[in-house]
Amino acid sequence: MNAGQEHPTAVAGAGAGAGAALLPAPPLLFEQSVPGRTGVQLAPLDVPRSAPLPDELLRTELPLPELSEPEVVRHFTNTSRRNFSVDQGFYPLGSCTMKYNPKINDQVANLPGLAAIHPYQDEATVQGALRMLWELQEWLGEIAGLPAVSLQPSAGAHGELTGALIIRAFHEAAGRQRTTMLVPDSAHGTNPATAAMAGYRSRTVPTGPDGSLDFAALQDALDADVAGLMITNPNTLGLFVEGITDIAAAVHEAGGLVYMDGANMNAMVGVARPGDLGTDILHFNLHKTFSVPHGGGGPGAGATAVTADLAPYLPPPVVCRDGDTYRHDYRRPRSIGRVRAFYGNFNNAVRGYAYLRSLGGDGLSEMSRLAVLNANYVRAALADHLELPYPRICKHEAVFSARLVARDHGVRTLDIAKRLIDYGIHPPTIYFPLIVPEALMVEPTETESKDTLDHFIAALRAILAEAAATPELVRTAPHSTPIGRLDEATAARRPVLTWPLPDGGSPRRGK
Amino acid sequence: MNIPEHLHYTAEHEWLHQDGEITVIGITDHAQGELGDVVYLELPEVGSEIVQGESFGVIESVKAASDLYAPISGEVTAVNGDLEAAPQRVNESPYDDGWLIEVRPSRFADEQDTLLDASAYRDLLA
Amino acid sequence: MLASIGAASIDELFADVPRAHRFPRLDLPDGLSEQEVAALFRGLAERNGATDTHSCFLGAGAYHHYTPALVPHLLFRSELYTAYTPYQPEVSQGTLQTIFEFQTMIARLFGMEVANASMYDGSTALAEAALMAARLRRGRTTIAVSEAVHPEYREVLATYLSGIGLRIVTVPFDRATGCTEPAAVAAAIDPDTAAVLVQYPNFLGAIEPVAELSEVAHAGGALSVVSADPVAQAILRPPGELGADIATAEGQPLGLPLFYGGPYVGLLATSMRNVRQMPGRLAGLAHDGDGRRGFVLTLKPREQDIRREKATSNICTNEALIATAVTIYLAALGPAGLREVADQCYHRSHYLADRLGELAGMDRPFATPFFREFVVRPPLPPAELNRRLWEREGIIGGLDLGRFDLDLDGCWLLTATELNSRAAIDRLVQAVPGYPDRTHS
Repeated sequence: MNAGQEHPTAVAGAGAGAGAALLPAPPLLFEQSVPGRTGVQLAPLDVPRSAPLPDELLRTELPLPELSEPEVVRHFTNTSRRNFSVDQGFYPLGSCTMKYNPKINDQVANLPGLAAIHPYQDEATVQGALRMLWELQEWLGEIAGLPAVSLQPSAGAHGELTGALIIRAFHEAAGRQRTTMLVPDSAHGTNPATAAMAGYRSRTVPTGPDGSLDFAALQDALDADVAGLMITNPNTLGLFVEGITDIAAAVHEAGGLVYMDGANMNAMVGVARPGDLGTDILHFNLHKTFSVPHGGGGPGAGATAVTADLAPYLPPPVVCRDGDTYRHDYRRPRSIGRVRAFYGNFNNAVRGYAYLRSLGGDGLSEMSRLAVLNANYVRAALADHLELPYPRICKHEAVFSARLVARDHGVRTLDIAKRLIDYGIHPPTIYFPLIVPEALMVEPTETESKDTLDHFIAALRAILAEAAATPELVRTAPHSTPIGRLDEATAARRPVLTWPLPDGGSPRRGK
Repeated sequence: MNIPEHLHYTAEHEWLHQDGEITVIGITDHAQGELGDVVYLELPEVGSEIVQGESFGVIESVKAASDLYAPISGEVTAVNGDLEAAPQRVNESPYDDGWLIEVRPSRFADEQDTLLDASAYRDLLA
Repeated sequence: MLASIGAASIDELFADVPRAHRFPRLDLPDGLSEQEVAALFRGLAERNGATDTHSCFLGAGAYHHYTPALVPHLLFRSELYTAYTPYQPEVSQGTLQTIFEFQTMIARLFGMEVANASMYDGSTALAEAALMAARLRRGRTTIAVSEAVHPEYREVLATYLSGIGLRIVTVPFDRATGCTEPAAVAAAIDPDTAAVLVQYPNFLGAIEPVAELSEVAHAGGALSVVSADPVAQAILRPPGELGADIATAEGQPLGLPLFYGGPYVGLLATSMRNVRQMPGRLAGLAHDGDGRRGFVLTLKPREQDIRREKATSNICTNEALIATAVTIYLAALGPAGLREVADQCYHRSHYLADRLGELAGMDRPFATPFFREFVVRPPLPPAELNRRLWEREGIIGGLDLGRFDLDLDGCWLLTATELNSRAAIDRLVQAVPGYPDRTHS
């Protein structure tokens, strides 16, 4: 973590951007294939060969590419170089918490004693793993202010599904049939999608003029059919939901439960415990808050924490401790059931645990404080250049609108985002939340220095100046990448989702 | 904004053209502009019934998807098959080549009050 | 920084948080230096008996295979490892091209037309396939699932279907063959059945008659959904040749470490005509204004960020890096390498079965062809046997099937892969009580 020192930096000019070092496309593996090549040798078979399977069970062709080891290494090395990543530069992708991922986490996660253990080994042979899981459950519960935790969910949306099904089980246990889930208009798309998977109809609650949930509208929406409220806090505008305790009380009063989407927990650790604020269920995104590398889109980990009353509904198994030994507890008769095989993304739990142990309680609190400091610094520095739809202190991210830039110069948020690439910066999240026109959602995270933030601020200011002076330059960005903007419309109208076989045929044969 | 005078409109940005016993339905120029490049449509089968206010299909662009809500009730008598290969017709020619379906209305007398004329639709967009 | 924000302190940035709950004291351990963290984890890791030093005969959905050195080497490249979802294609071609290659290889492996960019794991891929089948067979509300599908997968299926109220009918496996009989499926399905779910090879190791099962499903107007072992597909006819409408899989056997159960990667493949009901991300081919080839996320309106409550799934973050590992693994092995892995699984597991079969009181309840996993009924309880193997020999034995509600108490599920040497197999056999009561001469 580094809040940085005060000294201004110049802005790199266009052309020296994030794309400058990205190489041209290597051919596809399939285009490089040469019959007879392979990249790996196995130990020879040292047992007698058994009678083969009957022919009618066997396939005749296996059309996979054939390459040598150096070809495979070059292919993926060169392919990877056409990516931009956190390890290369600033990646202020709002809602995604693209912080630096300490390398020690990966090193310990790959110790054979943690990577090479089978999920069905006898519990006596995996006590180190179980102890770690138990402690992580306990400490995530402490951070959440919610005592019971399942590490089974594989990602945030999976944690949401777990939570929404717990809400269903809770009401069914009480003999209540409720069919509505309240979802703010600023919510992540996963929230209404999750509600639907859990069998709920979503009802949208609007955001009030201060950027918090509109309390009057919430009260109007609360009736005997409402199973719960799925709320993100800080919300997707980067704002702490004011009146959150009143909101929770109103939902509880109506017999509903409060689900908190923990995507934005990077602003909350040691700041307030969601359970203390009235949350009944919370998912963590360990890959966001606890620094698990994002891997180009996962794997994540979506630990779900609940109140003591809701603990019986958690998926089995939950790790428990008997004296000095640890075990999986499968006896959960009121559970919603498993949400996946085995115990969750264990190896990511290892990384999250390593991060937690590295920072400790004080360090984690400092993490959230600096994340909020960095976001407010960016917010204040750009307040005169872009619209702030809700001009108040933000939390871990700042949401701007480029509505006026679009109106005055015909340069849209997408164009600004693409132009940032030329300045060596990954674009922020754009066009989200949906309630902000031409939205730019900037989440700097605590691991960026003031120098980096100043570079970003100067780049955005420069781009806004370009939008006025040379709008075409921005509209046709990026200019530093090996490819330009791709024709997504044609790609969607005539989707090519796999590489054709050499004979042009379909891989689906025999039918 | 192109809003032909001779058509009926809905608040859901659809247009209707009465052609004898048949009503042609499409989406407005405004709607196609808001959606952006249309890439896919899911339309009902000929012979199926649509019910006013209920979804009869889906229209997708690269970054959006919208339900198509039936502006009137009736039996579908034709579907614009050209859109399967060329959904961009909806963008290029929303009132002509980009029509969606033809319907034989079943309750038009009861339902027509909900429709807008060109001037009312223009006001809606203003 | 505070001055430019107009705040006197960092605390002031939290004035909107209710005072009574602001800045709680968290009962968490103190932070540690990197060196201390490394030591802490060495200690934790040492308390686990790992398969790198102990011979292991467990499978049941997680298999130890050899991981070529280049896989982790390439996987830990920062560009792949520390990027996120490729929302900006101009700076994400590495990830996007890899996903496209992954989709192509998975589709070809299963003999299907299209595969998505990944699901969480094999169990959730199967559950999502059931939901997808119910969308494709709108109006039908029952899913028939073979009892010989992994019990934990069936539990996950029940959880996933419970929300929207789909019904599950379980088709019992045949007690003589360990297979799902087409007649049993025919008896179990009705006009409300949206799909028939089987595993191939199944949880008990048996190679299911998928073609016949698909036929029965189709005859009843239901879809055929097959959860397949991806390594077995190197030699077995793939689901696409056997009438499957959707193929799913746990991708872990494709060279991934065991990771105590995760992260793994769910595979899901189908026909192009079903693609709009597919859950999860898809990368597609595209060109830029100058005609240069690239890849983009496509058919996005199926997904939660656009379609919200009408999305095909709520999945967002998937298992991209694990999918990348699978892509590298398959590229490195190629068809010859993957066939060699599959062949070795076949011959080593059959050698193990044959040797165990020589022991007194060691029955094989199911006489059906298998691939690398099979059931035996040993002369003493599997839990007891496993304990002896571990305590006396440091061997991680097979799975005690008594832990599942399968009516297979006293049965032991064993696996052998290319990592189980003849010496290790012989050592296991010799450590089983009963040896050498009836040894071969």
